[in-house]
Amino acid sequence: MAGNREFFNRRLHSLLGVIPVGVFLIQHLVVNHFATRGEEAFNNASHFMESLPFRYFLEIFIIFLPLLYHAIYGLYIAFTAKNNTSRFGFFRNWMFFVQRVTGVITLIFIVWHVWETRIAAMFGAEVNYDMMADILSSPFMLVFYIVGVLSAIFHFANGLWSFMVSWGITVSPRSQLISTYVTLVIFVALSIVGIRAIFAFV
Amino acid sequence: MSEAAVKSKTVLFQITRQDSPDSNPYVEEFELDYRPNMNVISALMEIRRNPVNTKGEHTTPITWDMNCLEEVCGACSMVINGKPRQSCTALIDQLEQPIRLAPMKTFPVVRDLQVDRSRMFDSLKKVKAWIPIDGTYDLGPGPRMPEKKRQWAYELSKCMTCGVCLEACPNVNSKSDFIGPAPLSQVRLFNSHPTGEMNKADRLEEIMGDGGLANCGNSQNCVQSCPKGIPLTTSIAALNRDTTLQSFKNFFGSDRV
Repeated sequence: MAGNREFFNRRLHSLLGVIPVGVFLIQHLVVNHFATRGEEAFNNASHFMESLPFRYFLEIFIIFLPLLYHAIYGLYIAFTAKNNTSRFGFFRNWMFFVQRVTGVITLIFIVWHVWETRIAAMFGAEVNYDMMADILSSPFMLVFYIVGVLSAIFHFANGLWSFMVSWGITVSPRSQLISTYVTLVIFVALSIVGIRAIFAFV
Repeated sequence: MSEAAVKSKTVLFQITRQDSPDSNPYVEEFELDYRPNMNVISALMEIRRNPVNTKGEHTTPITWDMNCLEEVCGACSMVINGKPRQSCTALIDQLEQPIRLAPMKTFPVVRDLQVDRSRMFDSLKKVKAWIPIDGTYDLGPGPRMPEKKRQWAYELSKCMTCGVCLEACPNVNSKSDFIGPAPLSQVRLFNSHPTGEMNKADRLEEIMGDGGLANCGNSQNCVQSCPKGIPLTTSIAALNRDTTLQSFKNFFGSDRV
């Protein structure tokens, strides 16, 4: 792979965004959704995730390393683009632009979110329903979380569309159009799951 | 014919000019008498005949590139009212005034509206956009091409290397070395030819290199902007599939073709 490092890096970036990062996002949103069934249900679910065997191994190799790679390489990709939606206001060009914007917002959100929960847990804080209810009691943080979660979901859904193009799965214009609709449905569905979970803490 | 043009009987141009490759661009205005059936090139010729700007100053004639005058050579591409297109088919009657002309800044500006599109021709050499048929002996007639496939491939062969797709692409810029959509689509054209197919892997491996196919960010501006209606994004997606398979072949397989 010496001659085509960029090709490999780009394809890896595209793949990691879906597997495992995208899969982890869905899992995380689904676990959060337990909050709609009450405090105890959420605490049980999050305790189950916490007590999975090989937890640190899973966290490092399924979440942190792929996410770190995707984030750093993604920033590089985002800042090598010269956005031109004012001159070329086509739908896909807007998606291209919003994909980069939501990527950066999601990164800022995740850094803060990890600091506030996972890193705080290392210093002895307990990650549970009360912690989230406390965080989301501030209207600023509530908005920040809604924007962050929606950005992450959009970035995933639209990224799934471009993953299918980049790997040569959807080649024909028709398949690309239909996958636009499919990923739109995924965006809406996951947004409902994510937003419902956030409001369960309020 | 638009009403405004008839009423005013003049056409106003705002032209972005630049005296040399390194000098600063500036905008100069020109007003011409309206004539029926004018296009941007005939207007530029009119300015060249009498290069006086709206301030009444005598100035240098405007430099631009042109050749075929029927939208098949690609030489006269420029940014007209914000959109890159060929100036030969830009009819004055269909343009909003003032008509803004600017060079395609994605390429090095030579002077005024003239740009240097060498990078596109270099890219065609890089991706081997030809079919090698020369040998030290008669290689024979080669495999036949099905008529249906020929008709389909003809659409891809309409590319005139005009540079509009590179100008429209957000990932072709000074910060990136992406070769852009046009030469990629040519890879698909020559890879689908029965004789060209024999060098398929060479071309795929070239576009798997730095600045190649993987730099595409799927903004799909190229396919929307292409004056020849070439399915550029379909070509790119098809090549994505081909390079995926090629990379698996390279890594897991043993035959080097």
